Amino acid sequence: MDAPVSTPLLRVAGCRQAYHKDSNADVVVLDDVDLTLQEGEIVALLGRSGSGKSTLLRIVSGLLRPTAGEVTWRGRPLAGPAPGVAMVFQSFALFPWLTVQENVEIGLEAMGMGRAEREELSEDVIDLIGLGGYDSAYPKELSGGMRQRVGLARALVVHPDLLLMDEPFSALDVLTAETLRTDLIDLWIEHKLPIKSILMVTHNIEEAVLMCDRILVFSSSPGRVQQEIAVPFPYPRNRMDPAFRELVDDIYEVMTSRSLTRPTLPVAPADVPFTQPLHNVSTNLLAGLMETMAAPPYNGRADLPPLAAALQLEADELLPLGETLALLRFAELEEGDIRLTETGRRFVEADTDERKRLFADALRAHVKLIPAIRRTLDERWNHRASALRFREELEDHMSPDYAEETLLAAIGWGRYAEVFSFDEEAQQFDLEDIEGAG
Amino acid sequence: MRSTTQPAVLSGRRLPNIWDIAALCCVVGVLVGMAMAARGTLVPIDALQVAPIDLSPRRLPEYALRTTLRMFAAMACSLLFTFTYAPLAAKSRRAGLIMIPVLDILQSVPILGFLSFTIAFFMSLFPGRVLGLELAAIFAIFTSQAWNMAFSFYQSLTMVPTDLDEATRLFRLTSWQRFWRLEVPFAMPGLVWNTMISMSGGWFFVVASEAITLGDNTWQLPGIGSYVAAALAERNIGAVFWAIFAMLLVILAYDQVLFRPLVAWSARFRFEMVPGATAEDPWLLAMLRRTSVLREAGEAVQRFFGVFTGLRLGRPAGYAIRRVRHARAGDAVFALAVGVAVVLLLRKVAGFVALELSWTDVGAAVGLGAITMVRVVVMIVLATLVWVPIGVWLGLRPAWARRVQPLVQFLAAFPANLLFPPFVLAIVTFHLDVDVFLSPLMVLGTQWYILFNVIAGAAAFPGDLREAAENFHVRGIHWWRRVILPGVLPHLVTGAIAASGGSWNAAIVAEVASWGDTHLVAHGLGAYIAQATDAGDFHRIVLGVVVMSLYVVVFNRLLWRPLYAYASRRANLG
Repeated sequence: MDAPVSTPLLRVAGCRQAYHKDSNADVVVLDDVDLTLQEGEIVALLGRSGSGKSTLLRIVSGLLRPTAGEVTWRGRPLAGPAPGVAMVFQSFALFPWLTVQENVEIGLEAMGMGRAEREELSEDVIDLIGLGGYDSAYPKELSGGMRQRVGLARALVVHPDLLLMDEPFSALDVLTAETLRTDLIDLWIEHKLPIKSILMVTHNIEEAVLMCDRILVFSSSPGRVQQEIAVPFPYPRNRMDPAFRELVDDIYEVMTSRSLTRPTLPVAPADVPFTQPLHNVSTNLLAGLMETMAAPPYNGRADLPPLAAALQLEADELLPLGETLALLRFAELEEGDIRLTETGRRFVEADTDERKRLFADALRAHVKLIPAIRRTLDERWNHRASALRFREELEDHMSPDYAEETLLAAIGWGRYAEVFSFDEEAQQFDLEDIEGAG
Repeated sequence: MRSTTQPAVLSGRRLPNIWDIAALCCVVGVLVGMAMAARGTLVPIDALQVAPIDLSPRRLPEYALRTTLRMFAAMACSLLFTFTYAPLAAKSRRAGLIMIPVLDILQSVPILGFLSFTIAFFMSLFPGRVLGLELAAIFAIFTSQAWNMAFSFYQSLTMVPTDLDEATRLFRLTSWQRFWRLEVPFAMPGLVWNTMISMSGGWFFVVASEAITLGDNTWQLPGIGSYVAAALAERNIGAVFWAIFAMLLVILAYDQVLFRPLVAWSARFRFEMVPGATAEDPWLLAMLRRTSVLREAGEAVQRFFGVFTGLRLGRPAGYAIRRVRHARAGDAVFALAVGVAVVLLLRKVAGFVALELSWTDVGAAVGLGAITMVRVVVMIVLATLVWVPIGVWLGLRPAWARRVQPLVQFLAAFPANLLFPPFVLAIVTFHLDVDVFLSPLMVLGTQWYILFNVIAGAAAFPGDLREAAENFHVRGIHWWRRVILPGVLPHLVTGAIAASGGSWNAAIVAEVASWGDTHLVAHGLGAYIAQATDAGDFHRIVLGVVVMSLYVVVFNRLLWRPLYAYASRRANLG
């Protein structure tokens, strides 16, 4: 690794991103984020979906203007996409109507480079990245892994100083992703990549530990850098190394401990039913997770990383489940562990009707949105209420995406627990077929 | 070519709003303006002498060629319009506010109704010259093609995938490069499909616009349409059949040389990452790809095109345009400007119409419109009853569907007005009720949209659902109601929308018919417009056209869009 030089490549100071709502306070996505990137390092932005890490990447790339704060690129304030920054997309973002070579050359063409020079550069990169022989293929003829190689080649061919990667491997299957990671790291340590630094967004803890020199762990609502973790291991790294495992465990702990004490949004009083964001996780998954935890070998208590591995879930898939169970007091989260509560055990042992009753009780007690919806329905003469109105109230307190997810979660859980019904066609809540309603 | 792209009409809001009303005023105002500009200049055109139509079949190739040329001239104009209007509407939020409703209204205006204005207008531009007539005909065809193409292009421009948009901005493509590398290719499949549908529809109008009677003047441009008109006037049924035969050949050539290769070629732009079932190359495309001389020529063209579209014109996009903070003052000025324009046009329209028309006339037009509406509805229902079972039967048998589908698309392109004379002859001969028996002519050309959409829908019906239905012994009425009808409903609605739109238009030529000196007139708004045209009564033409446009707009908004939304919501899982 090169020694860090004095002028950083990139500097983000006091960055804040917020949606402005007319009636209420701003909905904050990113708050007070600082980031400095030196030449020669790979840095990960690690966090759950919705922690604003992708937003930060877009701010750094110049695609998005921050609401407040300063972004300095090579000592100058950033104004839109800068030369010297290239990005690899989660969805690959290849042009389906262009061949591999044409896709790779698109950045060079935009610079106004001549045909011969373009071809020379693109052929070098295509060979480097292992795409030789596919020059004239169209993206749809390639497998996912090969497509992402094209995305990588397209970014590398412009010889950027900074390579941005937005969850580059998360759309790939496990084996392909691993091959691509290893290939990339090999090229990096052999200094074959024409780049100075990499900034990547990921939700995969092991990926971050495997590839990066530094990891910034993000917390959600609003997104903040919660902790910065240096990864001291030399390349190539071994996932089975006890020190590696320990660091992964530690990061799990950081991510769960934060969620335990996670306050609801700071701008609104906590007793209003519309301030509490919910994860839209299915009740089947919740029940399945509780059953797994109750059974051996866990017997009511599990360490999160091995549990995630056993269930073949990523950290950011397992954590919402765990948090939802904690919210409903079916389980408790502490220090990277999850433990079933007494109510949780009763739920596992109960039959279908009893489970629904327990779930309904938990919803009424701990999810403020659900009784609020039910109250509205009880008060109306026709016992109907439009979903739109709840969505709008939620949007006063959270970003539209969160509002959508929270509402979907409420609909799914309320339906399962038979607190209310929902008419998809009319987008209305109602009390049809609900016992004891009216 | 199984894709039945949803018609461009279906997007967007449902209920008419203030901008729609503004748009309606603008469109009608411009029409009236054209009519007024043209009114005074009718007299000198009498002197115009056009060579009479020769009914000898030997002249038909020349006439067919002229008809085809007119069609392509109009297509060129339509493409030009599409590539300017749509980007403008998409890039400027303010312009889009009024431009899109205008397009929506224009789609609903019965084109044949204002043929008379445009003829008068263009002849006043080029007094005493055939050029005016030619331009009027081309303009009429243009108006039948351009709107849905522009709409489709506009829609694609607004739906460019976010990640590709980000990629072009991040790699700093200039606006010109972005247009050709991202926006045009992304819009291509929809645009090609709509262009082809427009062309198919255009044959109907090219035939209708060649022989025009306005007041005491009748003009005939050399072409197949005039040939048929002349044959009707001379009661020469043989010549009619010759014309139908010639048109068949033209459509066949169009289908083989243009339609199929273009649609197959545009498949490469389809935005999908799974290699779809690639249909076999049409013979022409295969020939182009395999013949080395042609291939090299093609590559040279491609290289030139690549350089041309890669020019660094315009600037790279900076930060994304934030739509939250728009200039309120600018909006106010814009709204005011539109408001003033609308008021001025409205006064013009009101003055023009009030000059000769009373509320009685309006009432009469609305009443006749209701009759035509009943006719359209009954005909669409009948066509549905006939073609849905047949379409489902064919669609569920892939071997049949493959063979029949091209034939049906071919039939949809065939100008149905050429087939009117035999019907008219039958009505005259057997003294049938005009009000009833002229009606089928309205759906003669448009029913095929229902058939080919239903075939496509049934062919796309999931195999596992069919198997499940069989496994549970779902049969008979039960099977139709619970299984296949909901499955093909979105396709059926798509087809019915196209068919009903076309039928309104066809009413203008289908509700009146003549055979020599015998004139058949049904009651309806179409006949009202046609007769007003014959009489050169601009006021009643405007009234008729406006009333018909309103019927179509209201029909679309209150029936078709909700129905389509319902059908597609129901038919999709998740």
